[in-house]
Amino acid sequence: MNEVQSWQDIEPLLSVRNLTKFYSPGKGCGDVSFDLYPGEVLGIVGESGSGKSTLLNSLSNRLRPDSGEILYNSEQFGELNLYAAEESERRILMRSEWGIVHQHARDGLRMNVSAGANIGERLMAVGERHYGDIRQRALQWLEAVEIEAGRIDDKPSQFSGGMQQRLQIARNLVTHPRLIFMDEPTGGLDVSVQARLLDLLRNLVANLGLSVIIVTHDLAVARLLAHRLMVMRRGEVVESGLTDQVLDDPQHPYTQLLVSSILQN
Amino acid sequence: MSQTEGYNFAYLDEQTKRMIRRAILKGVAIPGYQVPFGGREMPLPHGWGTGGMQVTASVIGADDRLKVIDQGADDTTNAVSIRRFFARTAGVETTERTVEASLIQTRHRIPETPLSNDQIIIYQVPVSEPLRFIEPRETETRKMHALREYGAMQVKLYEDVARFGHIATSYDYPVLVNDRYMMSPSPIPKFDNPKMDRMPALQLFGAGFEKRIYAVPPYTSVKSLDFDDHPFEVQQWQESCAICGSDHSFLDEVITDDNGSKIYVCSDTDYCAGRVAASEEPQQ
Amino acid sequence: MTTMIEVKGVEKQFTLHNQGGASFDVLKGNDLSVTAGECVVLHGQSGAGKSTLLKALYANYKVNNGSISLRDGEELVDITTALPRRIIALRERTLGYVSQFLRVIPRVPTLQVVMQPLLDLGEEEAVCEAKAKELLSRLNVPQRLWTLAPSTFSGGEQQRVNIARGFIVDYPILLLDEPTASLDAANRRVVVELIDEAKQRGAAIVGIFHDEDVREAVADRLVDLRAL
Repeated sequence: MNEVQSWQDIEPLLSVRNLTKFYSPGKGCGDVSFDLYPGEVLGIVGESGSGKSTLLNSLSNRLRPDSGEILYNSEQFGELNLYAAEESERRILMRSEWGIVHQHARDGLRMNVSAGANIGERLMAVGERHYGDIRQRALQWLEAVEIEAGRIDDKPSQFSGGMQQRLQIARNLVTHPRLIFMDEPTGGLDVSVQARLLDLLRNLVANLGLSVIIVTHDLAVARLLAHRLMVMRRGEVVESGLTDQVLDDPQHPYTQLLVSSILQN
Repeated sequence: MSQTEGYNFAYLDEQTKRMIRRAILKGVAIPGYQVPFGGREMPLPHGWGTGGMQVTASVIGADDRLKVIDQGADDTTNAVSIRRFFARTAGVETTERTVEASLIQTRHRIPETPLSNDQIIIYQVPVSEPLRFIEPRETETRKMHALREYGAMQVKLYEDVARFGHIATSYDYPVLVNDRYMMSPSPIPKFDNPKMDRMPALQLFGAGFEKRIYAVPPYTSVKSLDFDDHPFEVQQWQESCAICGSDHSFLDEVITDDNGSKIYVCSDTDYCAGRVAASEEPQQ
Repeated sequence: MTTMIEVKGVEKQFTLHNQGGASFDVLKGNDLSVTAGECVVLHGQSGAGKSTLLKALYANYKVNNGSISLRDGEELVDITTALPRRIIALRERTLGYVSQFLRVIPRVPTLQVVMQPLLDLGEEEAVCEAKAKELLSRLNVPQRLWTLAPSTFSGGEQQRVNIARGFIVDYPILLLDEPTASLDAANRRVVVELIDEAKQRGAAIVGIFHDEDVREAVADRLVDLRAL
């Protein structure tokens, strides 16, 4: 069994301090601070235009913030102040310790090379040079995301939307990242396909002990995957806390509106 | 032969040549790095070796002797017209003999005869960016070069092995220059790749369409990419050259009749002819 | 006996911002203390705040004032101020909550649903599976259903799956929100047995039960929430 007290000995994986990025007043995100600990899943919810995608992009090294700091506790580089670090270091992070699951699989996949190559690329990017090993690991990850081994040489363009999304996840996880950013990972998928993907994500996240920051406007997705939530509105975090507490006992008028707008099942 | 009236020596004006020479010097200083240059229009369409011609025009001097080959042959249209172009605009001597040439402009081959350190070989390059097939954005490929991020390049080889069971890429086979820059060797057969490694001659590359120049200085390491379990290999033939009997040169397949009969002959016509001449000489 | 739960002066007010800011007080300074091995049953009319207090004890509801301290080993944790991850850690091994409603997770088979909380603690799979099967048998969930996802089950079946899941970990603190509602007499008896066993091993239990027979069978003490 795990150590009972282990939760409090751990350092944050990611510390965000006063992160601000505005395109124009009210467009972007302002003064966001939080800590993310190993194994934690943080959901960022809010309607379109609330700034959640801007925040995610800034957190994941894709959009330099106007001000504020992102400190990441890297396995390879130690404590890293993200946007003050060398670009080479940041890019190494992006293909080793970090993963990004895009809403549209085609943004995260290479559509003109095979599924196996899509998974293998990250391994080759971190220096793997043995074809047999790369192939073997690609097969293992296809299995882990429930794609038949026989599809390994097919191109993603021949896959369904749900399969593309699962392939994108495999491509990210093959290098055993510690931190995954997800942008509406179930958006645009059929409800039946969503359930399968969510279940897969939930298991992978739990089994691999991943830390995840997931942006979604779907509160059911947030409830299923996230340990805690940040609710954003007009670029600001209006409420945060344990997922079930935020959803079952929302405090802020906007959160109450958001929660009361979904159908109860 | 005389200089054509109204044209500068070797067609390009001196300012342009100076600009191109600067690009070449920079390329030599950073082996394998693609240097942008202000490419000029040449009196030939792109795809006919305008990049190589601009490099040749910028380095050629009155006492140079020029050889031009296309697919190994000196007598194909492209080779003949480029050779004639410089004969007319620069008044230089030309040759078909590899050993006699001080400058060799080539498309698709490196001569079989080893080059020496007083020669320069100039390659015509259609697509200079080896990473282009996997990454369409120029900003991104530049960054990948700058940060030496070449893992994605292996994807090309991975796809080969996955599809054919071996690395099937046989032309324009990517190389790493001086352990630093990923480089397209131009569409030469991979058979020629080992010749680039630590070659005594200066190797210059000109891409007219993409307006890039790059270089491999003499005696520089040029490594062909591969996998640990699928090492780099060159093409091999069961047959020997039907003309000179060579069993070690790059062979072209030639269909000889309507029944599909075929023979194999050296693609390097000068090398082949040299071997025939040597065998016909009376033995001492 | 060791005090496991110490509630002091909790106040809870609900404000419905989107309904004209209507606001009502549900908890008005309640105290509660529960020791190990004790089962306290919350009492009072509908709307007296029984369920609200129970949810506040699980940190599912936020309180406006007061403190709620729960014992986690040597430490007393005030969950009204604790960080989310502290509460998640508490819920993993110390604090259990059983309601009559199963939150169905798509595709996950019944046996897995029941085992999961124990698996999450790092217990061996075989041990988890054996315990899950035992609980499901005791709660009369037919064996043929174990490999199926409970989303298609009847309300009663889902409820019993949820009870099995709630009792798979030996939580030192157990919160029971009408777990026996609408169960038949035989299954009610099983739940009473499970509660008794939890008390025997020293769990502190706070529950809401509408069935008088269950209440009488398990309660060491009734706490009336109305009296304030």
